[in-house]
Amino acid sequence: MDELIKILKSYHPEVDYEKESGLIDKKIFDSFDIVSIVGELMDEFDIEINAEHMVPENFNSAKAIWDLIVRLQDE
Amino acid sequence: MKTNIIEYLYESAESFPDKEAYFDETSSYSYSQILSEVEAIATKLIKKSDTVCRPILIYLEKAPRVLCTFWGVVLSRNFYVPLDTDMPDYRIGLIVENLKPQAVITDIAHFDKARSFCKNVYVYEEMIETEADRDLIEERKNSAIDTDPVYVLYTSGSTGVPKGVVVSHRSLIDYVEQFCNEIKISDDEIIANQAPFYFDASLIDIYCTLKAGATMGIVPKDYFSLPLKLLDFLESYNISTIRWVPSAMKMISTFKGFKTLKPKALRKVIFGAESMPVKCYNYWHSNYPEATFIQIYGPTEITGVCTYHYIDREYLEDEVIPIGKAFRNTEILLLDEDDKLIRRSDIVGEICVKGSCLALGYYNAGEKTEEVFVQNPLNPYYPERIYRTGDLGKYNENKELLFVSRKDFQIKHMGHRIELGEIETAAASLPGIGAVCCQFDKEKQKIVLFYESKEWDDEKVMESLKKRLVRYMLPNTLKKVEKMPLTPGGKVDRLALKGLL
Repeated sequence: MDELIKILKSYHPEVDYEKESGLIDKKIFDSFDIVSIVGELMDEFDIEINAEHMVPENFNSAKAIWDLIVRLQDE
Repeated sequence: MKTNIIEYLYESAESFPDKEAYFDETSSYSYSQILSEVEAIATKLIKKSDTVCRPILIYLEKAPRVLCTFWGVVLSRNFYVPLDTDMPDYRIGLIVENLKPQAVITDIAHFDKARSFCKNVYVYEEMIETEADRDLIEERKNSAIDTDPVYVLYTSGSTGVPKGVVVSHRSLIDYVEQFCNEIKISDDEIIANQAPFYFDASLIDIYCTLKAGATMGIVPKDYFSLPLKLLDFLESYNISTIRWVPSAMKMISTFKGFKTLKPKALRKVIFGAESMPVKCYNYWHSNYPEATFIQIYGPTEITGVCTYHYIDREYLEDEVIPIGKAFRNTEILLLDEDDKLIRRSDIVGEICVKGSCLALGYYNAGEKTEEVFVQNPLNPYYPERIYRTGDLGKYNENKELLFVSRKDFQIKHMGHRIELGEIETAAASLPGIGAVCCQFDKEKQKIVLFYESKEWDDEKVMESLKKRLVRYMLPNTLKKVEKMPLTPGGKVDRLALKGLL
């Protein structure tokens, strides 16, 4: 989780990732952030994120992103 | 011969009155509906003011009706200047100071905001209730000439002040005739628009549609974060053509989106405004081997596009996809350091452009205009302007032009043109910050801002920058440094900072 927060912080240091639950819904991340962030996550955590995973529920909070990573690592 | 861009609207409204012209997910306009709003808006403007060839701001959220305001302004023989409604006040202030607009057109929802930066406000909802006065319109239309400005688009400026590029009817008509003819947009096409209207990449979508009597749909911005919704949009609206920035196309290739859904009507893919990663292109090409892929190139100062290249094969990852050759009625001059013409392959020079596509210059910025719109150094005999792009290029052995790099500190990031100097100026103006330096990390495609500060941290710097810079200009990474490395001459040592990226 710390590794994930570090990546997210490098894009938007002003966000409180412990509390924020509207990263997509509130348009804090735009599409270009998303493409870059997901690219980094795939490299960093050695996972394959595909189009089906790209729904707001999976990316609205750091916790949700972390859950997705764990789920994909188990697969 | 056409002398006014509005003639395309009258032609399409006559040939295809009831055909759907422009739509988004909540509204749709036929050609005749567009024309009737355009005439209402123009009538209102003509009745209210005698002045012509003056700038009128458009402050509206992206939607088909925005085009009615553009062309209403044009029909009144004035020119439109689109503003992004998400733009921070600080930047709007800079633009208004430079432009001194005649008026602003907005809607009820944005009235107070628009009023805060321009006293003379027209409200869209009221304007379209105006009864069209054809005689008045005809009189004003007949007075127009093709060297009148049609729009001003603002781009990033190195000194921190945005530059307004003034484009004439002549240049835009040249664009429509040469470019839209070359890429063969026909009336049965449906184009999915990605680029914002304040960005010249949208010219293709808007004007090729208008000329051909085709249809254009606006893709909701959010969909570029949601590949499945994006693909669903292309599929359900039978999209045949896209002109997107490569970053937007990456949204589909990164997530291997075509595995889930492959929109069936797509047959033309046009991209430009930043370099296309070969991996992304190959993914698209392998999924659409029958489609036409065209890379285009050109800055705002020459009306958006000056070269094109039909791509007909897959590329290796270390190869560069050419930007190709000049459109008809446009000439490219590749000039070396001594302003001599380069003809041979593999010699790097500055890409310079000649032709009707040249913009009139920068608005209210004579000196800046003279720096880059200059006398053709190959012709000492009569006045002839060329535009120096500041882009370096070279020819390959097939006489195709390749983009090499920039001469200065301008970058292309996510399709947007950004002067690193503008970010530095904004950051340096913050009270808690000492020396700053902005760099572009090419490998990771990130804008990195180095700064000195005793009290401020990354969080505070980012919060404050958001109030001064448009979103696409915000640095992706902040790096606080104890002391900015300096060269012996006392300037920021950019090379030393490169090592810290």
